[in-house]
Amino acid sequence: MSTLVIAEHDNNNLKGSTLNTVAAAAQLGVDIHILVAGSNCENVISECQKIDGVAKVLNANDPLYSNQLAEDLSLLVVSLSSDYANILAPATTFGKNLMPRVAAKLDTQQISDIISVEASDIFKRPIYAGSCIATIKSNDAVKVITVRSTAFDAVSQNNSNVEVTNVDSVESLNISQFVSEEIAESDRPELTAADIIISGGRGMQSGENFHLLDSIADKLGAAVGASRAAVDAGFVPNDYQVGQTGKIVAPDLYIAVGISGAIQHLAGMKDSKVIVAINKDEDAPIFQVADYGLVADLFNALPELDSQL
Amino acid sequence: MKILVPIKRVVDYNVKVRPLGDNSNVDLNNVKMSVNPFCEIALEEAVRVKESGKASEVIAISIGKTESQEQLRTALALGADRAILVECDSLLEPLALAKVLAKVVNDESPDLIILGKQAIDGDNNQTGQMLGAILDLPQATNASELIIEDGAVSVTREIDGGLQTLKLTTPAIVTTDLRLNEPRYASLPNIMKAKKKELKVIPLADTGVDASPRTELLKVELPAAREAGIMVDSVEQLVDKLKNEAKVIS
Repeated sequence: MSTLVIAEHDNNNLKGSTLNTVAAAAQLGVDIHILVAGSNCENVISECQKIDGVAKVLNANDPLYSNQLAEDLSLLVVSLSSDYANILAPATTFGKNLMPRVAAKLDTQQISDIISVEASDIFKRPIYAGSCIATIKSNDAVKVITVRSTAFDAVSQNNSNVEVTNVDSVESLNISQFVSEEIAESDRPELTAADIIISGGRGMQSGENFHLLDSIADKLGAAVGASRAAVDAGFVPNDYQVGQTGKIVAPDLYIAVGISGAIQHLAGMKDSKVIVAINKDEDAPIFQVADYGLVADLFNALPELDSQL
Repeated sequence: MKILVPIKRVVDYNVKVRPLGDNSNVDLNNVKMSVNPFCEIALEEAVRVKESGKASEVIAISIGKTESQEQLRTALALGADRAILVECDSLLEPLALAKVLAKVVNDESPDLIILGKQAIDGDNNQTGQMLGAILDLPQATNASELIIEDGAVSVTREIDGGLQTLKLTTPAIVTTDLRLNEPRYASLPNIMKAKKKELKVIPLADTGVDASPRTELLKVELPAAREAGIMVDSVEQLVDKLKNEAKVIS
């Protein structure tokens, strides 16, 4: 029995979260196969053939899978499942959408968002917004797992000529239909892939003031994020949100500006390597997780920081 | 159109949850319990659809201990027409919850089931999708906009990096994200009226679902604490530390 990893991609490029998921799969100690389901994914397939530790690439080439709709994609994964002891996907919106359907079809209790593999059937995962870490043993025959990307270092891509096998599509349920997609265009790195992130909170006071962060982000090659408070206040769109219900990030440097540090926000960034907090309230809880804290008015500190970079 | 809204009783989001002294579970003694925030958003959306004239009935359902009736009364005060509690002694896993919900969906035949995308206790984000798989119904998770059309629903969902719009046949499953709406507060007259609304209690055994757990909780512990940091006095000192001590910028 082997492990099946579901590749996350957009038909053209493999998403980095797949490499973190393979790293988790490698700890399960059996052969790793990777499924690329989509439409004309030649580039994604060749990227998967390079992934270290992957023994086989499965390809379902069908326009049915080009938008990765969970209803049909889950049936494809289930049709392949008899060969696998473990089925893994990244705990991104893609994996979270897909995997519970796979698990339910296999009558299996999914283990979501694992941060470590303790044994082939024992995993750690955060609960209550990361306030606690639970160690869970799965007694199901098949393990269906989503993987928190930030908890596993991406595997490298030095492999070559991994075998590719074509697999058959499964008839569509014809119950959901893709209408459109709007992906935010930005020259900056994606939040989950960025080495440096600068985030603003309610203290930014308005959406316009986020330009104070933009200029610093451009100098540092950083992504710009936000707390839920800033999103709720309408300063920035929801895809900026870092936290329990937003994106989970762990960059080399995280700069929190005007963010008080609610547990829900800390849940999304406290595994960052270095955390900087800039806040005028010296009692703000964000300082408890910060490596470097600066008590200052952000409207003075940000222009000064900008000029010193 | 009939709308079913599952409601979960969870620890209030303001409570900082800690492990029990023996690390066997989380300590939930004497903590404030509330409606899961994402379930509140789900209920609000259902009530708004009804207020727009596109739905005739909103049914709230909870699966849990008898105390979950408190959260169902809140749901009734917020606009649900009636409520169902499937009563059980322990917290069920998402797979078992989805199986129980599937039974109720078969009995009630709703056109739309709106759930929270996740509960803030287990943070699993599974139940809606599992219900979809069990009943072969379409799903739109992380919804930020819901439009009811003739015999279909159009849903905009929050995905990594942007938005996606799907069109689903009905019955359909929608799970809510934060931006879908801002839930209302219950007014005093509505709280009083809610006391008279129907709340039916069904024992779990009557559903015929095997809800036995598939996983074992071996340990609950605090996450590794970060080492204490330092306070700097100026932006200049901060930049110096980041360049020369942490070496994260050049």
